[in-house]
Amino acid sequence: MESERANILLRAAKFYVDGFRSMTLGRTLWAVILIKLFIMFAVLRVFFFRDPMASKSARERADAVLENFAAAETPGVRTEYINDNL
Amino acid sequence: MNDILQTVDWSRAQFALTAIYHWLFVPLTLGLSVLCAIMETFYVRTCDPYWRITARFWMRLFGVNFAIGVATGLILEFEFGTNWSNYSYFVGDIFGAPLAIEGIMAFFLESTFIAVMFFGWDKVSRRFHLAATWLTAIGANLSALWILVANAWMQHPVGCTFNLETVRNEMTSFWEVLFSPVAINKFVHTVTSSFVLAALFVVGVSAWYLLRNRELLVARRSIAVASYFGLFFSLVAAMSGDRSGAVIARTQPMKLAAMEALYDGEQGAPLTVIGGFRPETQRRSGEEFYFKIDIPRLLSVMSFRDADAYVAGINDLVWGNPKHGIMSVSEKMRRGKVAVAELDRYRRARAERDRAAMNEIAAKFDPSTVEGETFLTEYFAYFGYGYLKAPTDAVPHIPLLFFSFRVMVGLGLLFIALFAALCWYAWHDVLSRDKCRWLLLAAVWSVPLAYAASQAGWIVAEVGRQPWAIQDMMPVGIAVSKLPSASVIVTFFIFLALFTGLLAAEIGIMMKQIQKGPDKR
Repeated sequence: MESERANILLRAAKFYVDGFRSMTLGRTLWAVILIKLFIMFAVLRVFFFRDPMASKSARERADAVLENFAAAETPGVRTEYINDNL
Repeated sequence: MNDILQTVDWSRAQFALTAIYHWLFVPLTLGLSVLCAIMETFYVRTCDPYWRITARFWMRLFGVNFAIGVATGLILEFEFGTNWSNYSYFVGDIFGAPLAIEGIMAFFLESTFIAVMFFGWDKVSRRFHLAATWLTAIGANLSALWILVANAWMQHPVGCTFNLETVRNEMTSFWEVLFSPVAINKFVHTVTSSFVLAALFVVGVSAWYLLRNRELLVARRSIAVASYFGLFFSLVAAMSGDRSGAVIARTQPMKLAAMEALYDGEQGAPLTVIGGFRPETQRRSGEEFYFKIDIPRLLSVMSFRDADAYVAGINDLVWGNPKHGIMSVSEKMRRGKVAVAELDRYRRARAERDRAAMNEIAAKFDPSTVEGETFLTEYFAYFGYGYLKAPTDAVPHIPLLFFSFRVMVGLGLLFIALFAALCWYAWHDVLSRDKCRWLLLAAVWSVPLAYAASQAGWIVAEVGRQPWAIQDMMPVGIAVSKLPSASVIVTFFIFLALFTGLLAAEIGIMMKQIQKGPDKR
């Protein structure tokens, strides 16, 4: 049983190794994919796309969004607005 | 222009740029994967080696497009987190769940079977290989389903409730989100129009071969398969587009009115085939166009399946029309401001740890109580309107919508005629440069037109939703993160350079492979 499973894994690995070895056009395409992923994850993600909420706890995130919603420019929004309009 | 306005506009421009470039790759992947599977099915059923050559050739072009386009969508997800953090937090798990399913499905289904599809020729049985090709195609299209479900929710938010404590929307019914009429129509229309684009790509490249008098058998077979496939799915796309119009009339009436540049609503409203706009300052009621060609009553029929139905115009929707039960935007703004003010009260009560005030406000957001249900439907339903500065802010860009819609529909009708002609010539087996040169040239030129139609469709969908990030709930100005506009401008140009480079690589490699032609070994 063990040897059968090892055999299947070995065949699967060989399938991929042979596939990658026999690539022609695929080598160029993999080069494009790897360069693209490097730019996306090692440059853009690290230096330009930091999630401003990432380091906050769930409560802090809720407070930050609540703050942003309330602080947005909304002419006429005052607490007394509710009493006049509700 | 102040910095937050610049940040909003540049963030929108950046998202639009990324989405447009991403969508250059996606529709070909969706449609070509299915066409490859159909051609391989012919090979497995007939054992004709030319079908194998044909299927492998299109699979090679599919591989180029897949490799260049893969992961470009991830940049949109980066932008959600960084540029649209308020939005991302506010939509919560409703947006997250479909995207997570899409990620898992794309990763496991596509990445497992695509390897068998490319590496498995002569290494696995023919039937197993065919199954892998079909599963790759199904996986790609199912991935699209989840993205489109998330997008449909932004157009028509359903199956959710607002949790005041966490300040985010929570899903109450997964099935309501998945099977909302907007989601179903959007999926069918987007996927079938992608099939049409891929069919035009196949007939365009094949027609180029026939015009050059090379690869004749592969080209004729490819045109035969792709033109029947394209004709069928362009008709389905037309029907689902018609259905989308009827759904939009109910869920996003402003989008419909802007698409049709219908300023004043009417019973038995006509459909404008084409028209020339006067400049915005010269548009008076009833004199918005220099000229226009109408089809009487068709808009009413298409919107409500009734030739006498009333279709609301832009002025009705902005200023209200009590006779037809349409609330004005200024009334919605008043109600929205009440909801915003309640949220502000809650913020201050929470900061001051005023339990009594927090409980009092929380009761208004509790849908299980009468008070809560009233507040949520009468006030919080218009929350987003509370941030608008003027009633006219609720109107999207009319000329852009009007012309984008006509480009999409006009080209769609042209494609139906092109596919029908190609089917006729393919059926009579007379596809050659001597007998139908004009048709082959038209097929080659239809490839860029297919991309133009596809992009125009997304412009209609997304510009038509403006000013909302989430329809009626959140305008784009509130959805955006507080970032310095300079950083958004810098990343906009980085993306422009990156995506233009990728597109140039795609076109270059693709052209080289097309020049090379099918591998006949």
